[in-house]
Amino acid sequence: MIPRSFEYYSPRTLDEAIALLQKLGPEAKLLSGGQSLIPMMKLRLVSPEYIVDINRIPGLDYLSESDGHLRIGALAREHELESSEVVKTKFPILSDTAKVIADPLVRSQATVCGNLAHGDPANDHPATMLALGATVVAQGPNGQREIAIADFFPGLFTTALEPEEILTEIKIPFPPPRSGGAYLKLERKVGDFATAGVAVQITLDESDVCKYAGIGLTNVGMTPIKAKQTEAFLVGKKLDDATIQQAAELAASESEPMDDIRGSADYKRDLVRVLTARALATALNRAQGGA
Amino acid sequence: MAKMAIKVNVNGAEQSAEIEPRLLLVHFLRENLRLTGTHIGCDTSHCGACTVVLDGKPVKSCTVFAVQADGRSIMTVEGLEEDGKLHPLQDGFFQEHGLQCGYCTPGMLMTGYAFLKENSDPSDDEIRHAISGNLCRCTGYVNIVKAYQYAAQKMREGGA
Repeated sequence: MIPRSFEYYSPRTLDEAIALLQKLGPEAKLLSGGQSLIPMMKLRLVSPEYIVDINRIPGLDYLSESDGHLRIGALAREHELESSEVVKTKFPILSDTAKVIADPLVRSQATVCGNLAHGDPANDHPATMLALGATVVAQGPNGQREIAIADFFPGLFTTALEPEEILTEIKIPFPPPRSGGAYLKLERKVGDFATAGVAVQITLDESDVCKYAGIGLTNVGMTPIKAKQTEAFLVGKKLDDATIQQAAELAASESEPMDDIRGSADYKRDLVRVLTARALATALNRAQGGA
Repeated sequence: MAKMAIKVNVNGAEQSAEIEPRLLLVHFLRENLRLTGTHIGCDTSHCGACTVVLDGKPVKSCTVFAVQADGRSIMTVEGLEEDGKLHPLQDGFFQEHGLQCGYCTPGMLMTGYAFLKENSDPSDDEIRHAISGNLCRCTGYVNIVKAYQYAAQKMREGGA
């Protein structure tokens, strides 16, 4: 399969890339890892007139810690999340997620930021970032701005980015002590999109009462879903079995799946229930110091 | 559409070409350079038959534009053999019957080449994880894992 013709640009600085986006207009598309964009171009689901390849801009491939945040640069590859010690110890939910995105070959190219900027509700990081309360940093002609992840996905394949803006960084606050998270995904085979996925991040107080709950749902709606009612339900409670079951049912009711080749809407809703209960149990265990 | 000039190091040899930006790396290798050892399987980024090593990392060459490889180094299955001697991985696939129809083999070899450089003493589980993006349509995974282990051992012993 051969994509439609396009003009190719390979800027060496962010400013140059933004100037190109301004000049070329909405027919320009950014290329980073390309592991979603190139397959879509080959199928001619998208046919941009201009490709602005940001891979040769130096200094964007970082995974760093500062000011109490984990910072993921625009060109950090999924593979780097898998091999990072700080991710493994402080953000097991991110480790869980990176391991189930596509396959190792795709992950050596695919970027974490691209996984958000693509705006696909079937992608895995959106749910995880919703659970973690991440912030997206965008750079455009008027400088930098920060967008809360909860405001980043207004619609299907749509993000809060302006056409001339570039997602340059994801900022994730370091979880306080007694925090834990997990991402669970059911896929038909390695490399498939989720039939459904659930991301959970919690923080407990010293008497095991939940003081923070973040829950994101993958591929059960037109956008990644933040399960706000479930989050609110959990805060202030001890996570005993009955509470976890009630939360799981609430999360299922917040999902909006559709029938497709991966299963019926009813099946997926029930899957959200099961995965939420399991993810909460794992997150609880991790918050209490388990693996 | 304007063509672009690229220079790529392929299996140690500098290659220059004028290409359309939309040309995929796998087509560049197979059609421009006639290196047909790299196979096109699914053409939809699933099967890994087209895997090559780009600057040390295994990638699906059907999901990279050739223009992205400008100034970089590529290794294909044709680059594995040295001085008429099979690479330990190639030998392993031969000794352990790691191929049946052979279609996935070039991709399996290239994934293995990059993987064994990072992990010289892998467990079977780690190998299975590493090849989870390479599909064998004969489902001959057991012997592929054995072939990787054979190569890993030879490389540990021989420093190849």
